[in-house]
Amino acid sequence: MNFEKRKDLLGLKDMSREEIELILDTAVPMKDVIRREIKKVPALRGKGMITVFYENSTRTRTSFELAGKYLSADTSNLAVSTSSVQKGESLKDTIQTIEMMGPDILVMRHSMSGAPHYVARNTRMRVINAGDGTNEHPTQALLDMFSIRERKGTLEGLKVAIVGDILHSRVARSNIYGLSKFGCEVRVVGPSTLMPPEIERLGVRQYFDLKEGISGVDVINVLRIQRERQHAGLFPSLEEYAELYMLRPEHLELAGDGAILLHPGPMNRGIEISTELAEGPNTLVNEQVTNGVAVRMALLFLMMGGRRDEIAA
Amino acid sequence: MRLLLKGGRVVDPANRINTVTCVLVEDGKIAAVGAIPGEEGDTSDTEVIDCTGKIVCPGFIDLHAHLREPGYEYKEDILTGSRAAAAGGFTTICAMPNTNPVVDNGAVAGYVARRAREVGIVNVLPIGSITKGQAGEELSEMAELVQAGCVAVSDDGKSVMKSDIMRHALDYARMFDIPVFSHCEDINLSADGEMHEGFRSTVYGLQGIPAEAEEIMISRDAMLAKLTGGRLHICHVSTMGSLEIIRRAKAEGIRITCEATPHHLTLTDEAVGSYDADTKVNPPLRSEEHVAALREAVASGLIDCIATDHAPHHIESKDCEYGNAAFGISGLETAVALVMDRLVHTEVLQLSKAVALLTSAPARILGIEKGTLTPRRAADITIIDPDEVRTVDPRRFYSKGKNTPYKGMQLRGWPWMTLVAGRIVFKEGSVMEMKL
Repeated sequence: MNFEKRKDLLGLKDMSREEIELILDTAVPMKDVIRREIKKVPALRGKGMITVFYENSTRTRTSFELAGKYLSADTSNLAVSTSSVQKGESLKDTIQTIEMMGPDILVMRHSMSGAPHYVARNTRMRVINAGDGTNEHPTQALLDMFSIRERKGTLEGLKVAIVGDILHSRVARSNIYGLSKFGCEVRVVGPSTLMPPEIERLGVRQYFDLKEGISGVDVINVLRIQRERQHAGLFPSLEEYAELYMLRPEHLELAGDGAILLHPGPMNRGIEISTELAEGPNTLVNEQVTNGVAVRMALLFLMMGGRRDEIAA
Repeated sequence: MRLLLKGGRVVDPANRINTVTCVLVEDGKIAAVGAIPGEEGDTSDTEVIDCTGKIVCPGFIDLHAHLREPGYEYKEDILTGSRAAAAGGFTTICAMPNTNPVVDNGAVAGYVARRAREVGIVNVLPIGSITKGQAGEELSEMAELVQAGCVAVSDDGKSVMKSDIMRHALDYARMFDIPVFSHCEDINLSADGEMHEGFRSTVYGLQGIPAEAEEIMISRDAMLAKLTGGRLHICHVSTMGSLEIIRRAKAEGIRITCEATPHHLTLTDEAVGSYDADTKVNPPLRSEEHVAALREAVASGLIDCIATDHAPHHIESKDCEYGNAAFGISGLETAVALVMDRLVHTEVLQLSKAVALLTSAPARILGIEKGTLTPRRAADITIIDPDEVRTVDPRRFYSKGKNTPYKGMQLRGWPWMTLVAGRIVFKEGSVMEMKL
């Protein structure tokens, strides 16, 4: 199996289990590359990759850039805040301009759902969605799944609780789509005002009570809460949110034996996660960052026509 | 000058005619419907049009079109909008007032009416705004608007959010016996919404607009119509709950009518999944249960008429991110084909019922002497070829607005010829303009 037929990676919604497995399997040897003295393999020599982020990001953009560099791709970044976008250039024109410079892969983040789908229709470049509005963030979910699988040995049949602002979370959606394909029992936990309509039709169960929602689970994935949601009247105060939904060490005990905790970052300590837990031994936050580079290396490699057996474990 | 439309099926619901016969037009007026005496002998000054296999109807009337002039001529103007109407089989269209400046006074209304007469393709009836500048604060000078030719008032594009102002509008409009056309949307509930709120807004990750944003306003306006005795017309009804509210209001004797658009009757929110901004419209495309309820209500007569909500946009407002795109569908040139293909040929609607929804029903809502083939009325006539199969190609639209979610779809049943006051304005796929 390879990625020959796939032009873009826009989401996990439409991705097969086999494709996801191939990425996760390929990420294993990629992770070894990151740990080497010489972090460079020639796989993508002569290929160009550009990151275009219409929304702020610390880890995702850097992670993609390093992933490309470790594979010997020539990487570049369009700094949207200092680009012609600020002069009112349309997304279509910006993308066309970039395309004419010749890169093979466009990694983009945008505040509007569907923006990468729109771009993908209008460019020959391969488009990787690095997060679009409240729709999907496929590489985050892939790295979450990689992290879980690495620690638990398998994804099959695991119970995973996703806690926080599910309504506005592209991470939650991509995780739901991805994990469901591996037979995981996915729960979503959060206040009723931050639940998307008819979310249970995606095959998940919703819980408003944190303790109930995480009881007996193998994995807790804690989402970042954004302050502007409070201003929109979706919950009364950050204090009350923390009171009801902040993950503390005692919560991990409620979950199953050896339960692990994930957070896509950046963390709001004292709001959705307590400092003690953020730094605890079963919290994979730092591991996730490394895994993010490995998973993105695997994805870039496969999308540019690489084969799993070309990379030695 | 006489014109004989011969051999077509004449469908004139108001006069209970649905049979293969002739229509004779003389001096721009309907002269007779039926077997024409002496037609065989006296054809020297009579142009005969063979309508065999065609459907001859009273000219179609659209209560809801955005012609964008004055102010937004880059989206559409009265000339291109009139051409689009003629090509779409409409002989009379109502122009919504959300232009720049807003049609909130006699001067602007007069301009629209005058410009439409100059263009002279179809009848364009201006609608004035309910409030000055459509700001929802103070009533427009309604007497002056009516004097200048306005047939209704509307703040279409948004609701009059203040209940007291809407009350006064419905009350004051009684003096002129004009309907108040209400775009029903609680803007606090619809907020930044991009599509119908439901399972699919969850899956597509787009901001939802709940059905209740429309239903709350329809409830309020129905109550205000009851309070004032004013005539309320609900624009582009799109939800199951709205229909239930309207049904109850009608049963109570409240003076309420409503329209549905071809797109709300034929597309669901599943179309949004492509993130093609041509599917972005307000009210949004709804889910299957709402569409099914609308189709049932259009057949049962609960929905009074079909109107296009023709909302042309420039390509730049649509060829972009979904969130940045403008709301609206360019509808004049696909409405009849959608009604024929998706409602008549699929037997949701009987042909005569469909024709009534596009002719006598909207005429009755406006209280105008149109929408029938009654002798001595202006010869506004739409002729349909029920079997013509064509693929929707927006590049061939007369409208400047190419924004249609139906592009590339094959539809059966298209306008074949359009006559306004006895003059052919559309035939053989082309709009015929008056030689000035």
